[in-house]
Amino acid sequence: MNSAFAWLFDPEHWSGPTGFPARILEHLTYTGLAVLIAAAIAVPLGAVIGHTGRGTFLVAGLSNGLRALPELGLLTLLVLLTWVGLLPVVISLVILAIPPILAGTYAGVRNVDRSAVDAAHGMGMRGPTVLTRVELPNALPLIIGGIRAATLQVIATATIAAYVSLGGLGRFVIDGNNAGAGSPDGYPQMAAGAIAVAVLALLMEGLLELVERVVVSPGVRNQTRARRAVRLRRRPTTDLVENPT
Amino acid sequence: MKRVLAGVATAVAALALTACGSSDPLADDPGGDGGGGSTETIAIGSADFPESQLLAEIYAQALEGEGVQVSREFNLGSREKYFAGLKDGSIDLIPEYTGVLLQFLNKEAPEVEPEEVYTALKKVLPENLMVLEKAEAQDKDAVVVTRETADKWNLKSIEDLVPHCGEVVFGGPTEIQQRPDGIPGLKETYGCEFKSFKALQPGAITTKALLDGTVQAADIFTTDAAIEANDLVVLEDPKNNFAAQNVVPLIAKDKASDTVTETLNAISAALDTETLLDLNARLNAPDKPDYSDVAEEWLAEINI
Amino acid sequence: MNIDWPWPWLPANTDDIAEATSEHLYLALLPVLVGLLVSVPLGWAASRWTVARGILVPLAGVLYTIPSLALITLVPLMLGTQIIDPLNVQVPLAIYTIALLVRSVSDALRAVPGEVTAAATAVGYRPFHRFLTIELPLAVPVIVAGLRVAVVSAMSLTAVGALVGIGGLGRLITEGFLRNNGVELVAAIVLIVVIALIIDALLLLAGRVATPWTRAQRGAGATA
Repeated sequence: MNSAFAWLFDPEHWSGPTGFPARILEHLTYTGLAVLIAAAIAVPLGAVIGHTGRGTFLVAGLSNGLRALPELGLLTLLVLLTWVGLLPVVISLVILAIPPILAGTYAGVRNVDRSAVDAAHGMGMRGPTVLTRVELPNALPLIIGGIRAATLQVIATATIAAYVSLGGLGRFVIDGNNAGAGSPDGYPQMAAGAIAVAVLALLMEGLLELVERVVVSPGVRNQTRARRAVRLRRRPTTDLVENPT
Repeated sequence: MKRVLAGVATAVAALALTACGSSDPLADDPGGDGGGGSTETIAIGSADFPESQLLAEIYAQALEGEGVQVSREFNLGSREKYFAGLKDGSIDLIPEYTGVLLQFLNKEAPEVEPEEVYTALKKVLPENLMVLEKAEAQDKDAVVVTRETADKWNLKSIEDLVPHCGEVVFGGPTEIQQRPDGIPGLKETYGCEFKSFKALQPGAITTKALLDGTVQAADIFTTDAAIEANDLVVLEDPKNNFAAQNVVPLIAKDKASDTVTETLNAISAALDTETLLDLNARLNAPDKPDYSDVAEEWLAEINI
Repeated sequence: MNIDWPWPWLPANTDDIAEATSEHLYLALLPVLVGLLVSVPLGWAASRWTVARGILVPLAGVLYTIPSLALITLVPLMLGTQIIDPLNVQVPLAIYTIALLVRSVSDALRAVPGEVTAAATAVGYRPFHRFLTIELPLAVPVIVAGLRVAVVSAMSLTAVGALVGIGGLGRLITEGFLRNNGVELVAAIVLIVVIALIIDALLLLAGRVATPWTRAQRGAGATA
């Protein structure tokens, strides 16, 4: 235990291209890139499916099926099919990040209060305008919820990028494993890396929670909570599992 | 009520049958009987790369051919792990390489010549272990480049690479960043400082990274079949940065009976670098044959 | 350098594949079972007492956030196991299952309509009997939904253990990767996905069989 923290706080491990700051930056870069690209794909897709009600099989099918896909397998396969580098890693992470964002956006748009949509129609808004002006803003909590889930998923998975010779906090775990348990750069390094990535994930979760609070307008936020409470009292819903608050 | 129980039972059974039906497959087989009696027993270990497993399998089959009871504990991972196994008796024998073993036991070891390395090694081994005769076969580290790179920069030896080192991304196993004859050695012996380093698992991945251009030079072991298969160029090491790596059986003294010693020495005598290269090529054949088949074939060829 | 597709590898290695598969199931499913058993009482406590809920739900959230490779690596530190002990994968999976299911169980139990429990008590059901025969069955759809997520995630997360030497089908993935063997790699991926989806379907079926009243209900009560 001590040796793990000793390794973690050793100033030598906090400088240079192989130190913690550099690895954290790499880790966040992979994560940010993947979530951004995934959101660019999944939010429009989920919004359209939610708005038109067509193609819902895509949402359920992707969420279920991709959850079963082993990330390590996808990543190594892509590396062998392409090359050792950022591309296969980003592709894998994007594929992983799409389902939560897709599901969140779809659920968000789908669950928008019908009266709000009716009011919009009453005001003369057409389909796409209804989508962008009314449904999406109201769907924001669930969309952001989906992005949060995706971000956490990606931060966790980005640790295995080190196995295919990339950087990130997983580097410490992989290198430590290679060094052998007894060596001072062995298990202590692994444990230090593991602690670092766990802390990063927790910090990120806290940060995103704050972002969600700031971004979602209070009216919408309370509305969701009230509606959820009403739903709870009526009957249990399976989507509580898909979208934990 | 019955329906509920039926449904729950189905679910639980589905899980339980699959989970409990399989016995713990991760428990080690006890393998051979513990000592005594007229049958010798020996536990052979290997590291987790193909060549090590092949050599271990060769030892195993040869000894079984002499009536020794063998238990196989392959894929043990790092040297730390299996050295501990040798010390506590969970394994008795493992194929090793003189240079890395010496450096493992003495981090400052300066020896690089085969004979010197072997002699120095014998001096630093722990009490209960010994090495038998070394094979002529060596599987050394080397700086390897593609044919294109060699032609482009006119490279024959590492010295030729030095002016270009600053633009080279170098690939290799993580350890060579620390090993004295690895990155630090190249810097000291040749003054070669690479642009950056990429940690790559030895084998197909390193070859791929080199061929794809992800790295411009890589640490590839000299008996890797990929060298021949991909027309790669091994740069000469005139200043002898890389230590000799003769294949040698590392064995517990009390397991080195006459039978065992003779058999293993016979194998070492038949094992030169050419042969090792050939064996690796067979392992790498398109149909990815099993270690035991390749081992069996070769042992038959040399009549052991 | 291209990926190799040595198809003959498949028939030649059925033993190895079978062994890896059974290892994988042992590593992935046992913890989910254990997690389920632990989650029911914990979820019940969370549904009943605000204090318990106040501790367990956030705790579950925190634990679920910790990346799998991190937990797998830290178990030896916490439990003193060897680096390649199967428990290193099983304990994190059990933790994830519990983190997931405590919430499900708690929410599901809380959603049981008050009128129903009141009626049961009025008719003479003792609390434990009522829990077992009324509340729990009503909670089954949500619990099964959570269980399905837990099982499927466990199947794919187990593969990560191969990075630190803990076997299962993940070993075939890393081996296929290191030897440039596309057939081995894809076979492992396909097996993981297919088996996970089969178990998922079985659980869905089991849930439906156990709750015939939901089929009579129109609407989104027990959707896949």
